[in-house]
Amino acid sequence: MKLDRRTVLKGLAAGFLAAGVQADAGNSVGASKSDSRFRIWDVHSHLESLPGDTPEARMEILVRHMDRLGIERLILSQGFGDYISHPTPDQVRQENDRVMRAVKHFPDRAYGAVFLSPDNIDSSLEELDRCIRDGPMVSIGEIETDVRCNSAALDPIVEWAVSMRVPILQHTWIKASGNEPGESTPFDLVELANRHPRAQFICGHTGGNWELGIRAIRGTNNVCAEIAGSDPVSGFVEMAVRELGAERVIYGSDVGGRSFASQVAKVIGAEITDSAKELILGGNLRRLLRPILEAKGLQS
Amino acid sequence: MIDTNVNLFRWPFRRVVGDDPEGLVSRLEKRGVTQAWAGSFEGLLCRDVEGVNARLAVACREHGANFLIPFGCINPKLPDWEEDLRRCHENHHMVGIRLYPNYHGYGLADPAFARLLAMAASRKLIVQIALSMEDPRTQFPLMLVPPVDPTPLSDLIPHIQNLRLILLNAGYRGEDSTLGLREIDKADSVYFDIAMNEGVGGLARLIAETSPARVVFGSHYPFFYYESALLKVRSAGLPREQELAVFEGNARALLAK
Repeated sequence: MKLDRRTVLKGLAAGFLAAGVQADAGNSVGASKSDSRFRIWDVHSHLESLPGDTPEARMEILVRHMDRLGIERLILSQGFGDYISHPTPDQVRQENDRVMRAVKHFPDRAYGAVFLSPDNIDSSLEELDRCIRDGPMVSIGEIETDVRCNSAALDPIVEWAVSMRVPILQHTWIKASGNEPGESTPFDLVELANRHPRAQFICGHTGGNWELGIRAIRGTNNVCAEIAGSDPVSGFVEMAVRELGAERVIYGSDVGGRSFASQVAKVIGAEITDSAKELILGGNLRRLLRPILEAKGLQS
Repeated sequence: MIDTNVNLFRWPFRRVVGDDPEGLVSRLEKRGVTQAWAGSFEGLLCRDVEGVNARLAVACREHGANFLIPFGCINPKLPDWEEDLRRCHENHHMVGIRLYPNYHGYGLADPAFARLLAMAASRKLIVQIALSMEDPRTQFPLMLVPPVDPTPLSDLIPHIQNLRLILLNAGYRGEDSTLGLREIDKADSVYFDIAMNEGVGGLARLIAETSPARVVFGSHYPFFYYESALLKVRSAGLPREQELAVFEGNARALLAK
């Protein structure tokens, strides 16, 4: 089969159209326009694995890549430095300060989410007050420490979240060869959610092994499935929509360790309706954040 | 667009959209693909390799002539695998083969692999090595298959004439700063697909670490959502000519070598 340049470009255009991305043949790729079909909000992002010595520099890189895929806004949380299994209160504050610096640099492109350590409840509650009640942040998590989230240590944090009407993003995995010590599973999160039926939880990674994670959370309506941070395996989003309803599925990427492309592709490439994609790519997250955003006078 | 990494038939642990040849071709064409290099999921576990390869060849011919390009499976740990290789080349007229060393229980330091690589090169067959098929963390618990360590390739590659090698699904290749891996990255005979390339700016980094002429488009479809690979290229910020090279030019140049 012989292909000339025009045939190639025509083929590329068809591919971009199928992916919901505008192909701007003839223009430079760097100036590509983003997809305007969906308002994409990403619930799960970090500043890790990116070049740049400052939060502002790394955030600039994220925004550049967001623009290329039409991602409107990130929820940014801890992870500038290496993973800390038992962070001290000072380390927690440092992570949150870095996030607030990055968000302040791009207030129209990101909101902050507070990092906490259930090891230190008193300081965690102080961070909630400092960063959300009295500060610019709008949600909690990703909570990822060596305390499983079914621990009673999380109860005061969740009660605080209910009082402020903010959602909680909890890291979960079900690893084939066994989880890390203290690493949470969707089953742990369901225990916590059942103790706090008025709280709104987002099940980070849906346990990675999503065929198990979706089943684990299926009967617990205050837990949403979040699709970030796993390979773009076909069928994930379709099964989540089938079993949970599109209203309980939320897009996240887990950048910088992952790419926006591989993660947003899970939704763009799924054989579901456009209205379901709209909910997953941002509608559901904006619904969960609306109370706190309205209370703060922020855009949703 | 040439997709160098698609799979026919059924993944052993899950049904996926597009795991029938007709549906796969239809979906790839809709997405702008003009040629797809296809392996067979059956090759992972079946020991009647000729049966696997014959079904692959027939399916490609019947459902995607001049579109689906079959890449037969060879398992060098099976008796008389050399005959399977001969049939791939002479009977099925394949241009390449796809290997699954971790599913077939050998490492790349195995002498049988070295012999297979040399024989394939002497027949001018393209060799694809799938370094992994899925994230080890999400595998079926009774069948954990660690990713392939490509490091031994650094000793083999310089000694094999006419080698054309593509590393598929190279997302889990361990510490990529080792000397052996850097040598592989720089070898002119080694190409890389992007299906498991990850991270913000990951594709640009891969091109910088290897070569603009040796990164090829591969989706790992239908196991992965096709749009993952498509959007990686689209959002990489590459110059237009580089984007076209990844989408098609590099694979076409490899075929013509």
